[in-house]
Parts: sequence; structure tokens; C-alpha cells
Amino acid sequence: MEALWFALAALVLAVYVVLDGFDFGAGALHLFVARSDRERRQVLAAIGPYWDGNEVWLLAGGGVLFLAFPKVLASGLSGFYLAIFLLLWTLILRGISIEFRSHVADPLWREFWDATFGLASTLAPIVLGAALGNVVRGVPLSADGWFSLPLFASFSPSGELGILDWYTVLIGVTALAVLAHHGALFLVWKTDGDVQARSLVAAARTWPLVVVLIGAATLATRFVAPEHFRALAERPVALAATALAGVGLATSFVARRRGRELTAFLGSAAFVLGLLAATAASLYPIWLRSSLDPSSSLSANDHAAAPAALRAALWWWPVGLALAIGYAVLLFRLHRGKAQAAAEGEGY
Amino acid sequence: MDDPLYWHRLQFAFTITYHYLFPQLTIGLALLIVVLKALALRTGKTEYADAARFWVRIFGLAFAMGVVTGIPMEFQFGTNWAAFSAKSGGVIGQTLAMEGIFAFFLESSFLALLVWGERRLGPQKHFLAALALFVGSWASGYFIVTTNAFMQHPVGYTADANGVLTIADLGAYLTNPWGLVQYAHTMVGAVVTGAFALASVGAYWTLRGEHAAAARVSLNTGVVAGLIAATLVAMPTGHEQGRMVAEHQPIALAAMEGHFESGPRAPLAVIGQPNVAERKLDNPIHLPAVLSYIAYGDFSANVRGLEDFPESEWPTNVELLYYSFHVMVGLGTVFIGWMALAALWLWRGRLATSRWLLWSLALAFPFPFIANTAGWLSAELGRQPWLIHGVLRTADGASPTVHGGSTLFTTLGFAGLYLVLGVLFLMLVAREVSHGPRALGAAPHA
Repeated sequence: MEALWFALAALVLAVYVVLDGFDFGAGALHLFVARSDRERRQVLAAIGPYWDGNEVWLLAGGGVLFLAFPKVLASGLSGFYLAIFLLLWTLILRGISIEFRSHVADPLWREFWDATFGLASTLAPIVLGAALGNVVRGVPLSADGWFSLPLFASFSPSGELGILDWYTVLIGVTALAVLAHHGALFLVWKTDGDVQARSLVAAARTWPLVVVLIGAATLATRFVAPEHFRALAERPVALAATALAGVGLATSFVARRRGRELTAFLGSAAFVLGLLAATAASLYPIWLRSSLDPSSSLSANDHAAAPAALRAALWWWPVGLALAIGYAVLLFRLHRGKAQAAAEGEGY
Repeated sequence: MDDPLYWHRLQFAFTITYHYLFPQLTIGLALLIVVLKALALRTGKTEYADAARFWVRIFGLAFAMGVVTGIPMEFQFGTNWAAFSAKSGGVIGQTLAMEGIFAFFLESSFLALLVWGERRLGPQKHFLAALALFVGSWASGYFIVTTNAFMQHPVGYTADANGVLTIADLGAYLTNPWGLVQYAHTMVGAVVTGAFALASVGAYWTLRGEHAAAARVSLNTGVVAGLIAATLVAMPTGHEQGRMVAEHQPIALAAMEGHFESGPRAPLAVIGQPNVAERKLDNPIHLPAVLSYIAYGDFSANVRGLEDFPESEWPTNVELLYYSFHVMVGLGTVFIGWMALAALWLWRGRLATSRWLLWSLALAFPFPFIANTAGWLSAELGRQPWLIHGVLRTADGASPTVHGGSTLFTTLGFAGLYLVLGVLFLMLVAREVSHGPRALGAAPHA
């Protein structure tokens, strides 16, 4: 039962990164791939119908952690206190930029929100990546299951660790590159004309960057968390997920070169999903590893809610998930085809 | 000052109070938009569709504010109240996760279709999008109020030796009698906010002689819905809520009423200032025996005063609780009279030409926000010193490792960010109001 809820929580969070990831990527790139107001509204028309629903996957993932692993949620969120608020502020600015921008036709107003949207969409993946870096490396959990980390301390590999340090920022920058590539392929799929052409260039330029940074992040992870590598090699699920990531990354390259837009985007989605699934599978059952004492780690086995709570949620949670998937399918069907900039006052 | 608990309470109080300014408007508007669109479909009159289109624009702006200010709330359970979350996630995690998966997905999937999709969807399907937002926002309210109701009156759970709570009876938890009453009370309170917004904007347009059809529809719908909702807030929902408090939180009731001395035929203080140091109400105006009747349905019933309880069990801020409660009740009473008057004038066909009444309605929109806020302050201050009533003290619920300075820092960050967003929101709403409703597919203003 704990394993099931561990898998569901990890899955929902990974789906969040895949879905909101293309919003972040498109947002981080839109200042470069969309130059005119009409082009920027084409980008917004592409992600506008989805971004809010995508963001709910983060809340749904938090909800699963809350109901199934409350101590993990409480310890993680309070330990990463300042970084969480940094993430919240970027999410606030991202959402409000999308929703407020097109209400006023003044060019300065729109430039301001475009810049805010770009900045927030760039920062959010870095913070999310850094959070993943912290989870992988471990945090100074004490015996009672709490910790606190400074927001940053030293960026030297031999110095004191913080929420943001050389390793976690490396993971953060890697996440930004991965999601920028992901967002570029989404725009290639959902737009046409100049925006599509520039997004294609952006995807081509970020792909080698992704390969290099993933390589560097893998090496660094081997250095800071060697135990994961042993687990990765020994677990079939982790190996399968790694293979999925590899195939996805290759597909995103080959399909893009052959002009198969949707396949390239799905390849990137598989790559992101595979990376996160492999990470989760090699972490299991540990949610938060203690860097002080392995016995203080918060694990799915020892820190789950009581079985009654896990059983109760099985009655309704799958129904809700099925509905959520249904809405998403309906939404993608309603907005199938290329997104066009909406007429003034008729869309983002 | 360096007590982290103080800053955690201040931060959560600030972010939740600010956040709920927006959902109360969207919860109310969601229902009224469904009503307007249903009237449009039924009668085929464009004035209903035009008015609905205008209110959908306002709804979209308020909803965006509700979304972005709501995300921090979900996280603050963990960031600020980690000990509480770790202990109670086995219970309240159920409804918080339900809110995400049943309400937020529904709302977020159909919001863009409601705001931007009228032409694409056509009238029938666009009505369904409005219905989806109505169901989603009212479901969201249910899950959150049910969560709060557990903190007010915990039911359906078990506790282990370490004080970790687990759901024992999901059905009992979801049908918490306190929660059902509180839900009804909260939702009709939100409809008051939405109805006053309609009446205010309709009155403003009428005073200016603009947008005659949409002005009439907004004004009349707002007044009728406002009278119905304001009445329901008091009777039966407010009355039932009061009985719940009397039954399950007698100390909170005593503090809300500034009732220090126990005794039968307890008087109701209409006004007066609580003097906690001397344990009395200064300068009161009393209605004899009315409190006994309100609390227990019997003029001679004994109502226990604060003196009957140890001070360690008293709400931590008796004064603020007392004033919040009286502001809520006072405004709620005024709302009924205000809307009854407007409805009477509407019935006599004189509302649209009665400038003094239109002026008062045009300026009325802030007051339901104040009343709803004061109501939540009453509920949450009345729950003190408990986080989960009778189970977990607020002092034991805060995050053990977060420094007070960090919380102060992020509170200041929120204050600045929310100030800017609030100004921008008001500016955008003011632009929409001054422009008025637009025909479907009409070019917008610059």
C-alpha cells in the first residue's frame, strides 16, 4: 500500500513536470522565439488553455503527499522554507502575467508582463530542479525527522551545503535546459510561421546543451549520491525508466529532424518522465535522505499515514484522476491543431 | 517579536484573508453567471447574455487572483504549520487532496473556455463551461470548509499515542454537522458578495445613464439575489452556526458576545467594549434574555460566561474576536434592510430613478468583503487557543525549524507583492466597468 502511494505521488509529480514543464519552457523562450505582439499572443494561445490545469498537477501531487505521507510533506516544505516561497512567488508572477497581459493593449504594459513571464518561467524550473537536487543528495534530517537548510551557503564543492549550492544549482540549470528544449518542441508542434521556425532553432540549439548538462548532472550525482547508482543498476523499474529517457531523448532529436512535430514533443515528454521515474525508482522507499544518519531518513515504509487513511483514499482518488485525465483529453481535442493569436479581446 | 508562532499566525492570517477576498467573489459570481446565462438561453434575450459576458470578464480576473493567491495556501500547511500537518495529514489530507483532484482540475480546465470560448463553443456549450466553473468553485468551497470544520469540531478520526490522527470514518468526516452548517453559511455569504457586486455596478451604470440593458439586468439580479442571500446568511444558516458554537465552543460564544458572567436570562450586547482586565463589558446596550434564546432557544437558559472557564482556555484575543463577530452580525443585519429597501423600490418600479438609493448601492460593494472577512476572523479567533479544537493547541502546530525572521521576511514579500497585484486588479476591474459589456466579437477598448 505504501509502495502504491509512493508510486502515485511520484507519478503525479512527474506528470506535473512534463505538463507545466512545457509552459515553463515556452515562457522562458518566448521573448526569443516570439518577437512581435501577435507572435507572443500566438505563444500564449498555445499554452493559455492548459497552463492552469497543468499547475493543478503540482497541487494534486502535494495533495497525495499530504494524505499519504504527511510527515514527509511537512518536513520537506518547512525545511526548504525560503526556497518554497521563492517558487511560490515565481508561480504567482507567471500566472498573473499570462492572465493580466492581454487585458490592456498598451505596448509598455505588455512588454512588462512579457518580461515578467519570461523571468518567472526561467526561475521556476531552476528552483524545482534545485529541489530535486536536494532530495537526491539528502538533507540534514535529525532523529526527530526535521531539518532546516540555509537558502545558500557556499558554492564551493568542499564548502558548506545550502538549498542552493554548486550541485543543486547544476541540477536546476539542467532542469531549465531540459524544459526549455521541451517547451521549444511544444511550440514547434502547436505553432506555425516564424514562431515555429524560431522554436525549431531553439530546440536544435538546446538539445546538445541538454545532453551535456545531463551528462554533467549524472557525473555529479554519482559523486554526491553514489548509493543511487547502485540502486539504479539493480532495479528493473529504474533501468526501464532510464531506457525510456534515453529513447525519448533520441526520439526528440530524430523526429525533430524529420519534421515529425508531435512525435518529437512526445519523445521529450518521455525523456522527462523517464528521468524522473528513474530517479524515484532509485530513491524508493526513501523520500528524504538524511545526510547525518541514514536511520533518520524519511521513508515511505516508516512515514506513511496509517493504513486506514491510505485505504480510504483508494475509494475516491482514482475517480478524481480519471476525471482529470478526461478533462485534459477534452481540452487537447478542443484545441487541436495549430494555435493562432486570438483577435484582440478574444483570448490571451 | 522573536516568537516564530506569532509570525506564522500573522503570515497565515494575512495570506488567507487576502486570498479569500477573491474566492468569495468568484463563488458568488459563478452562481449568478449560471443564472444569467440560463435566463439568456431560456428567454433568448441578448441583454442577459451581454450582462453575463461582462461578469465573466470580472470573474476571470478575480479567478486568476484567487488561483495565484491560493497556491501559497496549500504550501503553507507544510511550510508554516509542519507539526500540525504531520499530525493531521491522515485526516485533512483527504479533503485537501480531494479539492485538488475534484475541484481544481475541473475549474482550471474550463476557465479559459469560459473566459475566451463563447464564440468557439456557442451558447449551449458555453453555458456548460459556466456550469463547470460553478460546480468546481462550490466543490472547492465544500472541501476547504470541511477541512476547517474538522479543526473547529473534529469528528470521524482516531488518534494514536503520539497524537497522530487518522481518518476512521470518511463519511462522518465529510458530513460533519458543523461543516454542513458552516458550508451553507459560507456559500450564501459569498453569494452576498457577488450579488452586491452586480447591484453596485448596475447602480453605477444607471446613475451614469450608460449600458441601459446590462445595467438593468445587473441591478435587478443583484438586488433580488442580494436580498435572498442576505436573508439566508442570517436565517437559517447564521442562526444554526450560532447554535453550533454554543453547543461545541461555549467559550468562543462567551467571548464573541463579550459575556463574562454566567447566568440565566443572558442578555445580548448589541454594542459595548469588552474590558478583559476587569472582566466586564463597558458601555453596553443590552437586549435582556435574548442571548439565552439565540443560543439555546429558551429565554431562561443559562449561558456560561468567560468567568466559568480557566483563562488558559479563553480565545487568545477576546477583543478582536468580539469586534469581528459584532461587525459581521451588524453588517449582515444592515445588508438585509438595505436589500429589502432596494427590492421594495424595485417592486414599485422606482429603483432605477431613485438616485439616493442607487448611490448607496453603487458604494455598497466593499461591505460584504468586510462582513465575510469578519466572519472568518470570528471563526478562526474563536477556535483559539486550539488549532484542532480540543485536540491540538496552536502553539504545538507550528513548524519546529523555521526561524521567525524567515517568516517575517516572506510576510513582507507577500505584502509587497499582494499590494501591487491588488492595485492592478482594481485597475483592470475599473477599466472593465467603465467600458461596460461588449457585444460578442466586438473590438475591445485600447
